[in-house]
Amino acid sequence: MAVSTPEIDIRIPTILRTYTGGEKSVQASGSTLAEVVADLDRRFPGMGERLLEEGKLRRFINVYLNDEDVRFIGSLDALISSGDNLTILPAVAGGS
Amino acid sequence: MHSYQAEIISRYFLRLPAGPDSPMRFNSLEDSFGHTPLIGLPNLSPAPNVRLWIKMEDRNPTGSIKDRAALWMINAAERDGLLKPGATILEPTSGNTGISLAMIAKQRGYKMICVMPENTSVERSQLLRMWGAEIIYSDAAGGSNEAVRHAKEISVANPEWVMLYQYGNAANALAHYESTGPEILEDLPTVTHFVAGLGTTGTLMGTGRFLRERVPGVEIIAAEPRYGEVVYGLRNIDAGFIPELYDESVITRRFSVGSHDSVRRVRDLLDQEGIFAGLSTGAILHAALGIAKEVVKRGDSADIAFILCDAGWKYLSTGIYEGSIDDAEERLEGQLWA
Repeated sequence: MAVSTPEIDIRIPTILRTYTGGEKSVQASGSTLAEVVADLDRRFPGMGERLLEEGKLRRFINVYLNDEDVRFIGSLDALISSGDNLTILPAVAGGS
Repeated sequence: MHSYQAEIISRYFLRLPAGPDSPMRFNSLEDSFGHTPLIGLPNLSPAPNVRLWIKMEDRNPTGSIKDRAALWMINAAERDGLLKPGATILEPTSGNTGISLAMIAKQRGYKMICVMPENTSVERSQLLRMWGAEIIYSDAAGGSNEAVRHAKEISVANPEWVMLYQYGNAANALAHYESTGPEILEDLPTVTHFVAGLGTTGTLMGTGRFLRERVPGVEIIAAEPRYGEVVYGLRNIDAGFIPELYDESVITRRFSVGSHDSVRRVRDLLDQEGIFAGLSTGAILHAALGIAKEVVKRGDSADIAFILCDAGWKYLSTGIYEGSIDDAEERLEGQLWA
């Protein structure tokens, strides 16, 4: 029996919406972040390359799983569960 | 002269160094920075053995934590010979660092020019001008990214101006390594978690390094404000920005907190503890409460210290302290609220 992978909501920043036909929020599935990104790239070709470089998250891309930066919870190996949400944002200077 | 007059002069008017006998006397405003109270939050702490402590950085000379970084950066630049009498200081800022620098610059005879995004609260401009700073506004789109880019351009065109550049100035983080960190450890030797906002990253890098060297297993947690879309309006991904000071290995967790949760927590602080804080503190409290909840679930104990960056005064015009939270969130859309 095939194990079903959760489909989750992903918030897309303005700068990447050219790949999603202008959609702010899309869905993709996978049991790890790497699988979700691969599925995202299947549904919206070109997206994978904008997010990854040499198999890692690009330096100026931040991905938050339920508001937590994935770099501190396994990066591309972070585990995805049903009901999770992902937010993708470019790294920008904070207020100070 | 009568002996009692001599005594009055020696007791009240001579510029004596403040010492252990007079810990609350200072020779000038800038000398009075730091040593801010660490206050327990009995009502917001989720359990008797999982306690929250807020460090009241609004008690600094200009009312924010940035007085520490500003003082360290200006002192370092003077020591290094970069800042000479009459010099002009240029700095990209969304408010607080500029305000701190402007106060010190005015006392020491420097001219202060701030490059600030136009989508910041009106009080920040008023305070900057009050302390004599000149403001050059950068476009709202791109937020602080745009302010940094614009300030770098201006700096190239005016090489005689001194840009202290808080995002990459080691003295910024050092201020917290030498003051904020030691103060927290002195007041709370049982500290298990430290939570602060992520902007220049100076507070987290300096305090984080200090605590990690001395407190085995301490967790250093970053709360990063998540703004409205206009602030992330980059031309392309490669125009992104990571402060030169940022060292990922110093922190253990990093959370992104939106304006809705930040407003909610600022109101929790007011309602439950009587503390009047600015919006970035709401984001930090939200992360601190999330961590506290995890600790309770695991059945562990914790002493969680976090930063109140500033009080709410300079956010009053945003109207976020009354009415519905949804309305407040709407008013903050597109604003650099932290």
